Amino acid sequence: MLTILASFLHSSIVQGIPLLFGATGEILTEKSGHLNLGIPGIMYVGGISGIVGGYLYEHFCGKPVALLCILIPLFCSLLGSGLMALIYCFLTVTLRANQNVTGLALTTFGTGVGNFLGGSLLSFFGESGSISLLTIGKWYKAYLPFADKLGVFGEIFLSYGFLAYLAVIVALLVHHFLNKTRTGLNLRAVGENPATADAAGINVTRYKYLSTILGGMIAGLGGLYFVMDYTGGTWTNNGFGDRGWLAIAIVIFALWKPARAIWCSFVFGGLYICAVLIPGLSTAAKEVIKMAPYVVTILVLVLSSVHDRRENQPPAHLGLNYFREDR
Amino acid sequence: MSDLKNMDPAPEKAAAPAPAAEEKIREPLFHIVKRADIPKLKAWGIRFIAILLALLVNALIIHWLTGLNPLAVYKSMFDGSFSTKRKFWVLLQNTAMLLCIALAVTPAFKMRFWNLGAEGQVLIGALSSGALMFYIGDKLPSGLLILLMLGAALLSGIVWAGIPALFKARFGTNETLFTLMMNYVAIQLVNTMIAIWVPSGSGVLGIMNSKSNNGWLPTIFGQKYALNIIVVGLLTVFMYVYLKYSKHGYEIAVVGESENTARYIGINVRKVIIRTAALSGCLAGLAGFLLMAGSAHTVSSTLAGGNGFTAVLVSWLAKFNPFVMILTSLLIEFLQKGAGEIAQAFRLSSDIADIATGIILFFIIGCEFFLNYRIMFRHKGKEGK
Repeated sequence: MLTILASFLHSSIVQGIPLLFGATGEILTEKSGHLNLGIPGIMYVGGISGIVGGYLYEHFCGKPVALLCILIPLFCSLLGSGLMALIYCFLTVTLRANQNVTGLALTTFGTGVGNFLGGSLLSFFGESGSISLLTIGKWYKAYLPFADKLGVFGEIFLSYGFLAYLAVIVALLVHHFLNKTRTGLNLRAVGENPATADAAGINVTRYKYLSTILGGMIAGLGGLYFVMDYTGGTWTNNGFGDRGWLAIAIVIFALWKPARAIWCSFVFGGLYICAVLIPGLSTAAKEVIKMAPYVVTILVLVLSSVHDRRENQPPAHLGLNYFREDR
Repeated sequence: MSDLKNMDPAPEKAAAPAPAAEEKIREPLFHIVKRADIPKLKAWGIRFIAILLALLVNALIIHWLTGLNPLAVYKSMFDGSFSTKRKFWVLLQNTAMLLCIALAVTPAFKMRFWNLGAEGQVLIGALSSGALMFYIGDKLPSGLLILLMLGAALLSGIVWAGIPALFKARFGTNETLFTLMMNYVAIQLVNTMIAIWVPSGSGVLGIMNSKSNNGWLPTIFGQKYALNIIVVGLLTVFMYVYLKYSKHGYEIAVVGESENTARYIGINVRKVIIRTAALSGCLAGLAGFLLMAGSAHTVSSTLAGGNGFTAVLVSWLAKFNPFVMILTSLLIEFLQKGAGEIAQAFRLSSDIADIATGIILFFIIGCEFFLNYRIMFRHKGKEGK
């Protein structure tokens, strides 16, 4: 029983990590008042950039070195998702385009980039088959060697690649940043009321840019974790599925609090995986269970608006662009 | 871009104690001013240039990937849509369906109610009409069945959009996120029902009533899709008139511009929100019905194929003008088909269509800035005139 529970927890956490990255990135972005619906696309790009970087490295360099195996895809992933986020914030912050529309376009574009490169990368180099970077995947999956000997404890806490721990650390850091630092306070002010923040001497544009790009990069790591660790360095078109939207759901479920997002992601990961793990379920029942995360999110959204407690609300200017000369 | 940075009136300098008269005042290179109005011709000119630029970028990317020269790219894209009669009809059908969903979301958007749930509303419409076909498909005469299916689809679409609208009107619940989540509930509902209907577990519900054609929309002019296209055409005219000349349309516009103004002039804002969202869901349900009864004759979770989201873009790009939406949806469908054709010919992944669409969208979205704002460059010489 204990081992089943342990393996369930393990799978939930593994499923939850990409969601956690996505949710943390989206929270950071939304705190600046920008609803980035391009996160699903950004996560695809984050994943495929890592794959492309890793593939090129393996392809052009005979003997992969462990450190570079990790750093090159990591760097490429950050670069790719950062660029995607840059497109988004150039359009919405500087050109003041509608955020929903830009976000959806970014998701179309990002999913297209991911699936296109994933499907055609090998044919550019005259190879066939599907991408598998097992060496790099191995390094991303590597965990402490003694974790296996520690039984249940090791399985639940120590059996993950480094990105999983990074996800939790980043979420905690963002939480600390938003709630305990002056810059974080300024950022929240920008999301709540940019005109007031502007009057107080905060450089609204700079805050919006930085938080959107950093948020995009963090979300992109979720894609990287998925392709490198979860699938071990392989790419399947649309394999990432609708996890990006689930990450946006978690932002609501966690009431815009990164520390809450940690356990929320694991709960969602559990819901995502338990349909597969529970034996003897009919297909219909599995599909109903997969509906649960979304229904729960809707309930949280409704309840938080009904209760109308200030600290549980989305940033007041979420989705609205700021132009100084507007009245 | 550093325009906003430049807009900041360098605070340190302003605070400096009484500067010498000849000290230079730092003046930004340019600043942005909101346009009050822009001539229609100029507006469309700017949009046209943006589309041309986007097509150029797309051609360059495809040229880089395939070695095809940019003109040949578009010739080959044309072939993808127009080379055979069948391809042409498919293009028309796809455009009509995308247009139908775009028309559905438009009244809500005009009211600034972000209905991102069209995908789910289409699916739920298709699902409920599909359910009728599945359970009583051979017990009723075709005409009656079609009417029932239509009713069920419209009603379920209304419910699916009405729930978020009720909460929005009553508690101010964020409708963007609510409707977005409703999509996935609908998708899972479709998967669940299919799992129940198809005991084999293959998850694919085949074409229903393929022998009797009971509940299928009739073929007219010998074309399977003609009826769908005609219905959507009529809907376009209706939506134009509804938004522009009806009292409802006026109320929608006022609520969208300012809820306070609407309240002040005696419009019941809650009622308008719920009514408009219901209309939006109802039309999305209609799209689901047309897809199900008019072309697919089956239900699957990918029936709407992301068009619920693309429709948001179509409607917004057309500035909520139903007639312009015909062009924007045609443009997007043309790109999808054309890029797909190229991908097939060069054994590339067909997802390049999404990249092409994305780039076009970025350009059109970006060009809106130049319609709404004007960039004023620094004047040489004296300040003020």
